[in-house]
Amino acid sequence: MQHEVKEFKPKIVAFCCNWCSYAGADLAGTNRLNYPADVKIIRVPCSCRVNPMFILRAFQRGADGVILCGCHPGDCHYTTGNYYTRRRMTLLFSMLDYLGIEKERTRVEWVSAAEGAKFAATMNEFVAAVTKLGENKRLEDLRCKK
Amino acid sequence: MQEVILAKAKELLQNSTVNRVLGWKTGEFAYDVTPAVFESAEELDQGFVANDFCGNNLSKYLIKESRKPGKVLVFLKPCDTYSFNQLIKEHRIVRENVYAVGIPCDGKTDGEALKSKGIKGITGITSDGDNFVVETLYGKETVAKKDVLPERCLNCKSKKHVAYDELIGEEGEVLDSHRFDMVAKLEAMTPDERFEFWRGELSRCIRCNACRNVCPACSCEKCVFDNNASGIAQKAAADSFEENMFHIIRAFHVAGRCTDCGECSRVCPQHIPLHLLNRKFIKDIDTFYGDYQAGADTDSRAPLTNFTEGDVEPSIVYEREGN
Amino acid sequence: MLKLSLAKLNDLFAAVSAGCTLYLPVDDPSSGRANYRKWTEGAELSRALNTVRSAKDFFFPQTENLVDFKMKGKEIEIIDPRSEQEDFVVFGVRACDARSFSILDRVFLTEPADTYYQSRREHGIVVTMACTRPEETCFCQSFGIDPTHPEGDVSCWMDEENLYLSVNTEKGKKFAELAGGLLEEGGEDAVKAQQEDVSALMKKLPLANFSTGKFGGDVLMKAFDSPKWKELSESCLGCGTCTFVCPTCQCYDIRDFDTGNGVTRFRCWDSCMYSDFTLMASGNPRTSQLERFRQRFMHKLVYFPANNDGIYGCVGCGRCLSKCPISMNIVKVAKSLEGEL
Repeated sequence: MQHEVKEFKPKIVAFCCNWCSYAGADLAGTNRLNYPADVKIIRVPCSCRVNPMFILRAFQRGADGVILCGCHPGDCHYTTGNYYTRRRMTLLFSMLDYLGIEKERTRVEWVSAAEGAKFAATMNEFVAAVTKLGENKRLEDLRCKK
Repeated sequence: MQEVILAKAKELLQNSTVNRVLGWKTGEFAYDVTPAVFESAEELDQGFVANDFCGNNLSKYLIKESRKPGKVLVFLKPCDTYSFNQLIKEHRIVRENVYAVGIPCDGKTDGEALKSKGIKGITGITSDGDNFVVETLYGKETVAKKDVLPERCLNCKSKKHVAYDELIGEEGEVLDSHRFDMVAKLEAMTPDERFEFWRGELSRCIRCNACRNVCPACSCEKCVFDNNASGIAQKAAADSFEENMFHIIRAFHVAGRCTDCGECSRVCPQHIPLHLLNRKFIKDIDTFYGDYQAGADTDSRAPLTNFTEGDVEPSIVYEREGN
Repeated sequence: MLKLSLAKLNDLFAAVSAGCTLYLPVDDPSSGRANYRKWTEGAELSRALNTVRSAKDFFFPQTENLVDFKMKGKEIEIIDPRSEQEDFVVFGVRACDARSFSILDRVFLTEPADTYYQSRREHGIVVTMACTRPEETCFCQSFGIDPTHPEGDVSCWMDEENLYLSVNTEKGKKFAELAGGLLEEGGEDAVKAQQEDVSALMKKLPLANFSTGKFGGDVLMKAFDSPKWKELSESCLGCGTCTFVCPTCQCYDIRDFDTGNGVTRFRCWDSCMYSDFTLMASGNPRTSQLERFRQRFMHKLVYFPANNDGIYGCVGCGRCLSKCPISMNIVKVAKSLEGEL
């Protein structure tokens, strides 16, 4: 090949709940577990703080994948927050799929504060899946790509 | 039917049960009716109409009307009663200020539907049983009523009035409709086909907000898309992202509260089948969390403000059959 | 007068679009309604009376970028996003929409001229099409528009067999040149016969006698204070359908969009029906739907003619009559207020 092909590195936004998943990410760090630096973590008080608008907004601003991490169902710091998240995200992801947007770009994972290894593994796996899909073209705002 | 309804309105005004009537008013042509408030028998005689073109769902007007002094009479078709009930549940309507009269409905059409059948230059319409006899500038045309019914009426979900103070005619039944057939058809397509379909439809959107403003479930005091401080206020969709975003967020916000009255699709000047977005949510809710009809009652918890410990995981979206 | 057999219509479109971009009304496959589209091989001219969106889009698009800002440290680079405007043809514009351009011109071309609008006006070749089957919602004749003789750079008439063209301006000549050898002379008689037929039909329209004449004089305060506005606006949903399908509505908003790596300043259509229309730092002068509703019709019927030699801000295309979700429109408003004046 004459031209050097620039390797595609996806931009990933990870919404992590303050009590479990953010601590899980911390644990992954202190345990020196590797996960791609393209994952940008946004800390939220609870996974149910994430409004569908946040996810669309992340895609608008150039994210190629959005993952939402929270406490395992039943373990929510606020008792029931993640149960609502679960319903909302199920419906939202189903709707995005219905509109023809690649369903592999969105995901929910439950990661506890003790699951540093799971956090790193989830991110590695998710980044790999999104890398395979390539750039987000179906839910992009061209004005933000200039 | 018009005579019976008009007589009922006059009677209730006369005996002071109500002090005004929310109904439909005749217009310039045979088909263009406007929702209106009537305060006297004379006003009713001048313009009140209740015919095959009175499709407007009047329940949303009650948010404003039920907060005015006195009691308002409202005529509700079966599907309107679901919206009415849902608004009561959300404490948007002051129930005791409303006198609701259920009226029967065999489907409502509009001028646009006639025009889409090639009947142009309409100067007069008479109803002849199952047909409309339409006088036009280019001659007389006869069209079967069922051929000009909108999708929402062809797939009518219920002839039952779920809330009323008085009923004109017989109590109907909840129907076994095929309203999810088109959703299922879309689901069976490949993601690429679905994307093409929705891009084709949504790209016609002119962001007039008619779908939002007519929607009985869209009753926020200030919509996030109108709020300049929200950072996502849009007056006109600048690109395909904004068209998508508006319609996804709007459908999501009414998910579990949308009664499927079909007003959004009726008012869309570009004829975008917006009900297909709402029905997708309704279908998913039925599948994942059990059958639920918004507005069927005033006390159950809505699916999105409820949960069970054994709810499906979001990963169901990837694992579902046919995907 | 020139003519062309309808069998060669596609050849005409192909020839014209070889020279410059051609837009024409095409029926949308899923909704069945007509909208303007760029011509590509296979696109068929819609036979619908009119498009859902008006032809004003070509000169005054719903959104357009005015300027981009890029920040580098303390430096701000200002970028004009416009590329050079090329000639384009809008084919099949009806007489009402053709007149709307002259109304928009009064707003955008008055000094200081809006250069964005101006350059598109200069490069747009408007080819109009005479109406043959007017509908009950039409009332262009109330504004002195003759749908059998539309304005424009080129005027066209169409019957079952032929398209007839009359070139009116220098720009129109360019269109005829692009069409090249396809056009032949003749067709005056056929056009004349059609004009007579349609003119007779126009007299039979339900709104044939509708007039806004009473709004021309010194009626501002009388119309403004009319008690009728309350009942007229009562059921208004406050959506922007009427303003966005209207060929003469010209209000816009200018906003900044933060792209994350700069700022894009764009303008987009605004609607006086919206709650944040004319919102300013001090608040909003029109806080109720009644006031917003009144503004729209007062602007078209009273304020605009008062400042523009008596020309009303309406061309009678009838779009708001057929598109309003609650069927409230300028005809109902004008008829209702008339008695008060």
